[in-house]
Amino acid sequence: MRGRRLVRAVKRVGLYTAASLFTIFAVFPFYWMFLTSFKQNRDLYVGATNLRHIPWIFNEPPTLEHVQLLFAGTPYLIWLKNTAFIGALVVLITLVIAAPAGYSLARLTGRWGERLGIGIFLTYLVPPTLLFLPFSRVINVLGLPNTPWALVLVYPTFTIPFCTWLMMGFFRSIPRDIEEQAMIDGYSRLAVIGKVVLPLAVSGLLTVTIFAFTLVMQEFVYALTFISSVDKMTVSLGVPVALVRGDVFYWGSLMAACLITSVPIAVVYNLFIDRFIAGLTSGAVKG
Amino acid sequence: MALRKDVRVDAAPAVAFRHATLADREDLLGRIMLTPALVYVIVLVGLPFALAILLSFSAASAGSLALSWVGVENFATIIRDSQFQRAVLNTVFFTVTSQILVTVMAVAAANVLDAAFAGKRAMRFLILLPWAAPVSLASMAWTWIFDSTFSVINWTLKVFGLLEGWLYWFGDPALAMIAIISVHVWRTFPFATVIVLAGMAAIPQDINEAALIDGASFWRKLFQVNLPLLLPIVTVSVLFGVVFTSTDLSIVWLLTRGGPYNSTHVLSSLAFQRGIMGADLGQGAAIALFLLPVLVIVATVMLRMARRAEVGV
Repeated sequence: MRGRRLVRAVKRVGLYTAASLFTIFAVFPFYWMFLTSFKQNRDLYVGATNLRHIPWIFNEPPTLEHVQLLFAGTPYLIWLKNTAFIGALVVLITLVIAAPAGYSLARLTGRWGERLGIGIFLTYLVPPTLLFLPFSRVINVLGLPNTPWALVLVYPTFTIPFCTWLMMGFFRSIPRDIEEQAMIDGYSRLAVIGKVVLPLAVSGLLTVTIFAFTLVMQEFVYALTFISSVDKMTVSLGVPVALVRGDVFYWGSLMAACLITSVPIAVVYNLFIDRFIAGLTSGAVKG
Repeated sequence: MALRKDVRVDAAPAVAFRHATLADREDLLGRIMLTPALVYVIVLVGLPFALAILLSFSAASAGSLALSWVGVENFATIIRDSQFQRAVLNTVFFTVTSQILVTVMAVAAANVLDAAFAGKRAMRFLILLPWAAPVSLASMAWTWIFDSTFSVINWTLKVFGLLEGWLYWFGDPALAMIAIISVHVWRTFPFATVIVLAGMAAIPQDINEAALIDGASFWRKLFQVNLPLLLPIVTVSVLFGVVFTSTDLSIVWLLTRGGPYNSTHVLSSLAFQRGIMGADLGQGAAIALFLLPVLVIVATVMLRMARRAEVGV
């Protein structure tokens, strides 16, 4: 009896240890961003060979100097504005194209629609690595290099396949009976979509909006390929590429930019991750 | 005839008696609603994809718009290129190593998160942060963590007496590869964890209980009951992982730019260096195309799994 209690206690300790280790591993870089953002330079730039100076804590009072520099002395706000502009347009394009396609695949096209849906989803797997070279040619021909329009055009290539797939799942989860009842009541299919289906799919549309927007905020490769002027960059490109003067990194401001940008995205993303995973794995796992 | 067909297809007979306008022609409506998405995907994924293949067989530079056919010359050149050979090996090593680490960690973390304990929700939230944060910004944080002068990792190792000399993380090919793999594992294990967790939730509870009643030990339960049941979902997670890892450009580019001495290039970063920085689109496209077999295999396995799930319904 005592033996079993001991085993349980050991298991408990093991569980908490494992949980702590995973969490520390995941969070440590964010903690490091936080420390760097608010440390004074003389606390920050102490060589790691000095073992008496502990880098894990504030040895001097924290400062807002780096954050102020970020907002007042760098193009960070312009990058935020560019990102918001591109993100809003991409979300709009995605919603207008992916929502009808999702409904069509869920309800109107039957068996071959299902195959087509899987086909569209598979294009999500075609990576930027295969496409950025031909895109750079296409963007050149269209005269769009170094403009936000290049990204507005290219980003839907990954948001549309994924969001079509997600919307298909949402529309499928709406009970068929509701739609059929409305049609018996004399609505046409189109009216059913507008008056019955869309109001029920608001949470789905919201999820798609969030995902398309976060995907845009996270994208780096296409932005790196197409955008070269600092004032046209998005946040995820500008911060790593342009927050450097000569060879000098302004680590305080740089980490402040990383922290201020990542944490809100991460929080919002976290709230929606389960739907995202459900969308990604449906088809492979029943249910 | 038409009438009977309508009745059979649609469960709402009332519709059949009305004059069918566009708003009711389901097949037509379906096609119209699907067309924009199809057009977008075909024009902006399908055609560029074909163009990538065309580019790889031509001498194309970023400067001019001319494409001249050179046959397999690009492929012949890169296959003899030692940097390319290194990049192939690096890509394989990077993908296989990080996928093994990610899968082991994800199954472990999912088992932790499946148990009941205080602070579970908080842990789940925190563990997901690396996947949700923009990759370029997270990579910058790691660049700073691995800094040659101020690395907190070196400091910590030294304080605990684990390090004699000094680690120049991005100055040594082996260390640079370790750094790249660590960052990638850090970033993708949360994603794999959530996928595995979703799969675990789908395993019926009574199977576990039956195994317990039969007196199965923890390890036996893990290897003979849980892992086999988890296999399909782990496969899904590995498939996505392979695609994300083998084609990843951001982390390598941001951490090392392929350095030191071009020793950490993977196919994607080499394709970027040759195709965009070096303005040799043809060669860049040829390098990137070597990733195609991986993608074809992944897509085939996924299709097969999807079909099996379909049949199982």
